[in-house]
Amino acid sequence: MGKIQLRQVRKSFGDVHVIPGIDLDIEDGEFVVFVGPSGCGKSTLLRLIAGLEDTTSGVIEIDGNDATHLPPAKRGLAMVFQSYALYPHMTVRKNIAFPLKMAGMSPEEQEKRVERAAKVLNLTNYLDRRPGQLSGGQRQRVAIGRAIVREPAAFLFDEPLSNLDAALRVGMRQEISELHQSLKTTMIYVTHDQVEAMTMADKIVVLNAGNIEQVGSPLTLYHTPKNIFVAGFIGSPRMNLIEGPEAAKHNAHTIGIRPEHIGVGDGPWEGVVGLSEHLGSDSFIKVDVPGLGVINVRAAGELNVHHGDRIKLAPTGKIHRFDDKGLAL
Amino acid sequence: MSTQSTRMAARFMVAPSVIVLFIWMIVPLAMTAYFSFRLYRLLSPDRTGWVGFNNYVWFFNSPDFWLALTNTLLLVGGVLVITVVLGILIALLLDQPVKGQGVLRILVIAPFFVMPPVAASIWENLFMHPQNGLFAAIARGFGAQPILFLENYPMPSVIGIVAWEWLPFATLIFVTALQSLSSEQLEAAEMDGASAFNRFRYIILPHLTRAITVVILIQTIFLLGIFGEIFTTTQGGPGSASTTLPYMIFKQAIVAKDIGRAAAGGIIAVILANIVAYFLMRGIGRHLDA
Repeated sequence: MGKIQLRQVRKSFGDVHVIPGIDLDIEDGEFVVFVGPSGCGKSTLLRLIAGLEDTTSGVIEIDGNDATHLPPAKRGLAMVFQSYALYPHMTVRKNIAFPLKMAGMSPEEQEKRVERAAKVLNLTNYLDRRPGQLSGGQRQRVAIGRAIVREPAAFLFDEPLSNLDAALRVGMRQEISELHQSLKTTMIYVTHDQVEAMTMADKIVVLNAGNIEQVGSPLTLYHTPKNIFVAGFIGSPRMNLIEGPEAAKHNAHTIGIRPEHIGVGDGPWEGVVGLSEHLGSDSFIKVDVPGLGVINVRAAGELNVHHGDRIKLAPTGKIHRFDDKGLAL
Repeated sequence: MSTQSTRMAARFMVAPSVIVLFIWMIVPLAMTAYFSFRLYRLLSPDRTGWVGFNNYVWFFNSPDFWLALTNTLLLVGGVLVITVVLGILIALLLDQPVKGQGVLRILVIAPFFVMPPVAASIWENLFMHPQNGLFAAIARGFGAQPILFLENYPMPSVIGIVAWEWLPFATLIFVTALQSLSSEQLEAAEMDGASAFNRFRYIILPHLTRAITVVILIQTIFLLGIFGEIFTTTQGGPGSASTTLPYMIFKQAIVAKDIGRAAAGGIIAVILANIVAYFLMRGIGRHLDA
């Protein structure tokens, strides 16, 4: 079981109110991603749930029990840190067995669980090495192994992939997703990378300046962002946000159009191509349209336009409308 | 620095300093070794001639020698144990975030800047003195007899004084080592259910092994030669109760004016230091590798 509820959770460091008050329900077995720009309080929120920081006020419930003042070890949660936080003087085996040893488990049971975790994570051949002798991806797996042997109510991940190179990151992303499929344990995952959030989450929590901007499934956030912040944060490249007369035509203060929802060829807007990136599968181009500003366009496949070309654009998909407070209409 | 010519050039360049260092080391050692086999008494007219191993034999037959040897090892061992244990405990306290941390650290380090004879003098006259000392005053406050530290417990007193001087050094090294411990490791251990004691036992202490090794090795080098504190306080007494090997050599050289015997003692001290160094490096030297 791993149902976590936050009720009016607040956190201040002196006069700085990092988290002014958050309500959030995390259901058992869910993969929840906290996403937001750096400094938005997502790591602090995770540390509050873990018990590594004290809440200023509010209640944290785990499986219906008030856990607000429980020490971290008593909450039944396991955490994977950004730096992995492996114990450098212990072998991989001892690292993974450490929580079991602290729980006073018999050596035979420890050994059995370590072997099982090592098999799941492909670490069997590395059990007698030290963390210093492992690659980044292997260290990451050891950190995950140390978390899963305890069979916790929920896993907490604090930007676990940010120290890995791009290729490894994609691989580990899939491994963590698969791990979630097989364990069916609640996972809370903090990241600033919206691609990680979109690909892994059952539910994304978008945070900005300590507040929850929106909670929803990845596609809900993509299709119906509640406000400009979410609209701009989710999706890559960023949504085009247009103000002024063009927005007024749609009865809105601001309109937003995703780069993939703009067609090239014929249309009402005309501009000069600035930067163009051709990836083969996609083409990303920036077009300077007078009166609208720079418009990002994403076209599938190859598009034969280059720097300085004059092209015409037309919106082809959904136009998101926002009022003067930035809320969706 | 990989081609043959650059390596040759490098050897050429360092050669002068290596040669100077070698001479610096070998000349005094050779002279000591030379004198240790000579009859060389400053107060005696017949100060020439080889005496074989007589000077050494005198040392080994002297009952004071074995006492001095034991005292030397006792002093080194005692001070090491006190400074390492207390040093770690104080370092743990100093690593806590408190107001006035900077001032506190300077206060803790202060004893290290006091010169050994001064430190010993302060301890002898202000703390351990049977009439004027602080400890005597405390004892009288409880209606007890003042303890005669330097008369009845000369070795423990000297160990206490030297430990007081070296505690700041150990503490300083341990504080620096503690600061390099990542807080995420401690938090991970906390999440893993480790109690405060277990976090110390399994995370902090292993992290400190290299610092402990450094403290032990450096202190041993200096503690083997401790002289000023003994000279200022007990003068090696009462009797020979607090005579160490360096003090015994001093007595032969300056009091008895027997350079030959003192040189033999010096060579014995060098051998002793090498034996200690050998066992230390075998025992804990591996912690120095990265």
